[in-house]
Amino acid sequence: MATTTAPVTAAAHAPAESGTGLWSWITTVDHKRIGALYGVTAFTFFLIGGLEAMLMRIQLAKPENTFVSPDVFNQLFTMHGTTMIFLAIMPLSASFFNFMIPLMIGARDVAFPRLNAFSYWVFLFGAIFLNLSFFLGGAPDTGWFGYSNLTSSQYSPGHGVDFWAIGLQILGIASLAAGFNFIITIVNMRAPGMKLMRMPVFVWMTLVTSFLIIFAFPVITVALVFLLFDRLTGTNFFAPAMGADPVLWQHLFWLFGHPEVYILILPAMGIVSEILPTFSRKPLFGYPVVVYSGIFIGFMGWGVWSHHMFSVGLGPIADSFFALTTMLIAIPTGVKIFNWIATMWGGRLELKTPMLFAIGFISMFIMGGLSGFMHASPPADLQQTDTYFVVAHIHYVLFGGSMLGIFSGLYYWFPKMTGRMMNEGLGKLHFWLTILAMNVTFFPMHFVGLLGMPRRVYTYAPHMGFDTMNLISTIGVFGIALSLLVFIWNFLTSSRSGALAGPNPWGGATLEWAIPSPPPVYNFGTVPTVHSLDPLWAKDGAEISRTANQVRGHIHMPPSSVWPAVSALGMAMLMSGMLFGWWVGIPGLVIMLVGLYSWAFEPCH
Amino acid sequence: MAVADVAAHAAPHEEHPTTTGLNSRKLVFWAFLGSECMFFGSLIATYLVYRGRDQAGPHPHEIFSIPFTSFSAFVLLMSSLTMVLALAAIQRGNQRNGAIWLAATALLGMTFVGGQCFEFTEFFYKGLTLQGNLFGCTFFVLTGFHGTHVSVGVIWLWTLFTMAVRGKIPKEKSLDVEIAGLYWHFVDVVWIAIFTLVYLIQ
Repeated sequence: MATTTAPVTAAAHAPAESGTGLWSWITTVDHKRIGALYGVTAFTFFLIGGLEAMLMRIQLAKPENTFVSPDVFNQLFTMHGTTMIFLAIMPLSASFFNFMIPLMIGARDVAFPRLNAFSYWVFLFGAIFLNLSFFLGGAPDTGWFGYSNLTSSQYSPGHGVDFWAIGLQILGIASLAAGFNFIITIVNMRAPGMKLMRMPVFVWMTLVTSFLIIFAFPVITVALVFLLFDRLTGTNFFAPAMGADPVLWQHLFWLFGHPEVYILILPAMGIVSEILPTFSRKPLFGYPVVVYSGIFIGFMGWGVWSHHMFSVGLGPIADSFFALTTMLIAIPTGVKIFNWIATMWGGRLELKTPMLFAIGFISMFIMGGLSGFMHASPPADLQQTDTYFVVAHIHYVLFGGSMLGIFSGLYYWFPKMTGRMMNEGLGKLHFWLTILAMNVTFFPMHFVGLLGMPRRVYTYAPHMGFDTMNLISTIGVFGIALSLLVFIWNFLTSSRSGALAGPNPWGGATLEWAIPSPPPVYNFGTVPTVHSLDPLWAKDGAEISRTANQVRGHIHMPPSSVWPAVSALGMAMLMSGMLFGWWVGIPGLVIMLVGLYSWAFEPCH
Repeated sequence: MAVADVAAHAAPHEEHPTTTGLNSRKLVFWAFLGSECMFFGSLIATYLVYRGRDQAGPHPHEIFSIPFTSFSAFVLLMSSLTMVLALAAIQRGNQRNGAIWLAATALLGMTFVGGQCFEFTEFFYKGLTLQGNLFGCTFFVLTGFHGTHVSVGVIWLWTLFTMAVRGKIPKEKSLDVEIAGLYWHFVDVVWIAIFTLVYLIQ
């Protein structure tokens, strides 16, 4: 350490905090602010998606209900799935990538701060565009995986599917830009001494997720291009009458769709891999195995897509192959679960709210994993496909898995993000309400599914054995809503008047805990040198914390810029011009070009 | 040495030191090209899956003119050579020659796009349309996206040309040209794949 060179000048040369006005948020390139924007926006869409789910559950509370029409019901389940996957869970994970990754690897920002802002604005405009469909002639109503040829102009004459396809294209650009950014950030921006095998597991899982994003999204982009060509120009990519095969859509969609499943769950697995060691006061058990399992899942995720298509009738060889790969991919997941349990084994457990959510994640994800494993067997899958059993499975892995992992991370890193602690009592109430309500909601779906109740049908006849369990599910969803109200109340009050957190309230081992909460604009006064996997738990932990807060000399931070937001607006307008017409598309093109060129020639130093 | 000190003494256009020692912009471009492989891979795979399924014509062997397309493929391949020469000139600090080779690359690229426009028109008059059969839609969308990539590259090259003419790409900024070159060579390689799989192996 160059302790003799420059004198320690506490924040004298550090950049001042940027303003707080609306303009400062539009032009920000600070990864922490962008993370906050992602978080708030995604949580808002999570509530909208939840509202859609509630309306569906009210409709299904009793047989032959007429609360919503079949048409509206179709729109609700399509938008619920699309919203939760693309507008809630993915961007909530992105919120953690943004806020935490630079802090955990000892960086001042991401590799491309303006590209990062661009990702957020494209995401926001794409999300708004998709939801505009509700007010402009009806939302998409063909299910979140939009099977061909239900999506053809012939069978879906309205504009809902156009909104869906164009909206997903716009959102895909946001995801791709973020994927590139985080790969390079993690590969190239680590603190000195942080070798790959000294990176926190969350950083590893973000890296794997980002690779999945950049390779999976082009595939759905092509599928959506075909769909849009079919709908807008009358081509025949999915028209059986012309010799085309609608199953092509399914292959392209699920070749994207299965890696997408891991895009949704791997970040949550990374989050709990950070939290379990902290609250067990014990390093993660078998760190290399957890990392290798994550990488293995990332590779294997490309070889299982046709298990979504067993009912198509691909033949015994394809079915057997995909059944075997699907069973194989359960192994690294199981390995991780045993590693997490072994981390807790013999540890000094502190059952704080983040830890409770992490344990909840493990137990609920095991249940979702087991029902998923049942789908690996084609004969069993044929019985379960398109029933509520699949709905139960997906909610145990996405709500019980991803969302509990995200809540766990939120409680864990809230003190770092805001400088204040969340209320423990309300947090525990939120946890127990969530666990109880989600099981009341989703567990009965296993039974109605096996009894044969089809998913995506707006009602059911009485006396089929579905009545009671559907009513229980509907009651459960109100419990989830109540738990969310507790969470929102806790979030709002704690961020104003929670107890002050200090730099490391949980005694965490990773670099983000070395710096103040909330972190200064420049994160690290001096980027510390890392010698181990758990730097703050190592002998030189106190020294690392001290170094991280020493400001020496001038710290240069990238200036804010409006051009990412302008480019994003132009791009979204250009693409929505496919639907709205040239009078939106051409101005969009001009705005985008002005934005991109100004961005490219803007000095960034 | 603390990173802050390094940054403080760094020249305005020098990049921060990176973990791998590789430039971040170059690295992200390689990642982007990896992503593009999946994009073109999906388009080409669809073309191959649908090949020979058409009842109605025109079929590929009825309309392809291999000599003509071989010529435009040659033009595009030559543009990779001029791209290499442009980068070499810029890296030596010779912006005048750099500008000439950048212009040559852009002109060759425009010749290729022009050839594609001619080819598309010709095919159209021979009855091949987007809507007519599967060959039409898979062929036009695949080669159309490739042509769009070439066109984006041409705009990029003219932008660099303008900068070089105004003396704004000194040796230290040769990376700007190198990255454009990566893109240009990639688009070229994709054309080799398309030319082989679509035109030559029928």
